[in-house]
Amino acid sequence: MNPPRTATAKKVDIQAARAPRGESEELISGSEAVSHAVKLADVDVITAYPIRPYDTVMQYVSQMIADGEFDCEYIVAESEHSQFEIVKHASAVGARVFCGSSGVGWLYAFEALAVTAGLRLPMVAMVGNRALDDPGAFGVEHNDALSVRDLGWMLAWVATAQEALDTALIAYRVAEDSRVFLPCAISCDGAFLTHSQSIVKVPSQEMVDNFLPPYDRGDKQLHPDNPVTIAPQANEDWVMEIRRQSDMAARRAREVIIEAYDDFNDKFGRGGEPFIERYMMEDAEVVLVGMGTLAMPVKVAVRKMRAEGKKVGFLRVRWFRPFPTLELQEALSGVHAVGVIDRDYSFGSSFHSGALANDLRSALYPLATRPKVVSFIAGLGGREVSTDNVIDITNSVFAAANGGDIDDQDTYWIGVRE
Amino acid sequence: MSTGSVEVVYRGIFQKTLAKNICRGIVFAAKTQGRIGLAFGRYSDSPERNGIPAKQFAVVSDTEEELEEYLSRYEPDNNDVTICADDTLCKGVESWAWYGLQPINKLLKPNGTLLVTSMRLADGLIRDIHRKGAPYELGVVKGTASFSGLWVYKDDHTDVRLLGALAKVAPEVVSLDAVLEGIDDSVKQASARKAYDMVEPVPVAVDQGNDEVPYEFDLPGYTTMEECLVIRGMEKQHDVPGWDGGYVPVRNPTFKKYTTRTMRPVINFETCTKCTICWLQCPDTCFDVTPDGHYDANMEACCGCGVCEAVCPVDQCITMVNEEAFTDNASQWEMWTNDKENYSEWLAAKISAQPARSHGFHHIGQYAEEIAHESS
Ligand code: SF4
Ligand code: SF4
Repeated sequence: MNPPRTATAKKVDIQAARAPRGESEELISGSEAVSHAVKLADVDVITAYPIRPYDTVMQYVSQMIADGEFDCEYIVAESEHSQFEIVKHASAVGARVFCGSSGVGWLYAFEALAVTAGLRLPMVAMVGNRALDDPGAFGVEHNDALSVRDLGWMLAWVATAQEALDTALIAYRVAEDSRVFLPCAISCDGAFLTHSQSIVKVPSQEMVDNFLPPYDRGDKQLHPDNPVTIAPQANEDWVMEIRRQSDMAARRAREVIIEAYDDFNDKFGRGGEPFIERYMMEDAEVVLVGMGTLAMPVKVAVRKMRAEGKKVGFLRVRWFRPFPTLELQEALSGVHAVGVIDRDYSFGSSFHSGALANDLRSALYPLATRPKVVSFIAGLGGREVSTDNVIDITNSVFAAANGGDIDDQDTYWIGVRE
Repeated sequence: MSTGSVEVVYRGIFQKTLAKNICRGIVFAAKTQGRIGLAFGRYSDSPERNGIPAKQFAVVSDTEEELEEYLSRYEPDNNDVTICADDTLCKGVESWAWYGLQPINKLLKPNGTLLVTSMRLADGLIRDIHRKGAPYELGVVKGTASFSGLWVYKDDHTDVRLLGALAKVAPEVVSLDAVLEGIDDSVKQASARKAYDMVEPVPVAVDQGNDEVPYEFDLPGYTTMEECLVIRGMEKQHDVPGWDGGYVPVRNPTFKKYTTRTMRPVINFETCTKCTICWLQCPDTCFDVTPDGHYDANMEACCGCGVCEAVCPVDQCITMVNEEAFTDNASQWEMWTNDKENYSEWLAAKISAQPARSHGFHHIGQYAEEIAHESS
């Protein structure tokens, strides 16, 4: 196998790309942006079961159907488990599908989530990230979507409504590529993204049709004219080969994602670099790493500190699966220290860190020179991550870089009352 | 310093508890002799389906290290003794996995002993058993296939009788005294002792037995296996050579075939009305449609479930017969068309001569009747 190439944003002629396009601008929430993508992708089967904050997207989709703007099978299931089972089967017969959930609703569908990936069925789901019960809470934590990180699900985290729309289109293209055939979940931070509105460029149908080919399940399609059996029982003489096939598909996803971003940048004049976003990374000595909407306070803090002459940058992880190992190695090998801000927890894990810090440490371990990694947990249950919090975090990371009294074998909880 | 191992091949569910008791009995007996052991099932082979061939093993050693050394493989493949708890398994074992057909003596070491519970004589069993490529011994423990399973345990002493016979043919694995010490019922002790006295293994030479090469196939790798857990249906096929006007459905060669069968249907083509019901109802699509519109149960595919006998509307047109009466899987319809008189004699002989064979699920009250019959 060829080594995967490092992804970089392709230079595009922004003016030319923007010229002849029927794009409209709308003031919409992250959920609404996803519903636009669903309509533009001409999804065939959608299942819904309400749970906040994902339920906003099902409201917008049903509104579009009621208004006669969009035609699809829209099925309200009796639970999340059925919700995901229905779209799984629809995907097997060749329908483009959309689904989603939040928090423990996502976990209630867990069996269906596992078999969807195991069966290599493409699906795009939106996770409105929400804290897992207990305590019953609505605010954002990333543990819901992260629960499927080992199963073959591709996982993207977005920071803006625009990115939500764009990533959903890219996700269909990647998930339905026959080299991949894996489901993809797009995580939108509950409330901060699902419920707040911003100006979003909504592309025309023509532009989307030009980017996103129809879903073709090929000769794997369940159809009377193509008699196949899927989902067999298998014993230890077969399971490892089947897992290895999933592993190879997850590896191939990387190349397919890079191709999709290249083409998206070409055709839409935006999209950025696949896998990660780099913010003020040039000459940075300290880099903060995080996912989702905390990008906003972090960027504000980084600008403030840059104004004070501190060499700090921000790296936002856009795809958690496939994990951007090469990009992180390349971007972080020369810096002095890295501060990872997890909006999730992994109780009892190494150094009591969150999932992002743990995967990042493991990605950097083979480097000859590797930065110190300090891990932070912040913003759980939707708590604010303020710019002051970020500045405190950054100061700690600088201290770690300079041999100060900071323990890189522990995890610091930010903004928690003692 | 030594290790002994015993394989027990049995019918899933129906004989599960029997197999477990035999293996536990071996480990307990070894313990009274100051040795240690382990009893286990080949887990994935027996998610325990009714009648599906399944296996359990018992391994005993002098020391913990020896035991570990022997067990550091998936399954023991050079057993001192293989116990076959149902003589229809002598025709071979298709495990839950798709290995093809395993001869019943495959995991037996050269010069080991195959113990079979059967009412048949050794000669008849040897005719069914594939050649091993090495000499071994065959011991018959007289008895029908015990129905000592998961749901119903028929305490017919088969477990202790097999343990007694084991002590005779492989005293290095367990001694008779140790076996008897592990049995707390004096009647059962007597059964074990009697089996010990009566079993007389006969040598089986390299050139004795069924000389057919059991079918097998290669397991694909991840690059050659179809992706996305897809199993292709078979291509439609309409012109079957030699069956002009008939129809033989195409069957997936890797699907399990006939070793689940303890009985097979025999068909009276003279009384058959060609009503199609057997053909429609057979769960495994076993019936080939013959050129003259009859339905011929294909014995390469039949699992012996008995549905066809139950649904056939013509009295005694289909009869389930003990599998031990047959030495091949030849077409009954071809036999009938070649010589009708001969076939009707053959049919009558098969139906009348063979002991009834079932696992107690044939009709309500059957188990009670069998108990009454056996104790009279
Ligand atoms: S016994 Fe009859 S119904 Fe059952 S598999 Fe055989 S042919 Fe089919
Ligand atoms: S069910 Fe009986 S009568 Fe009908 S076709 Fe089959 S064998 Fe003949």
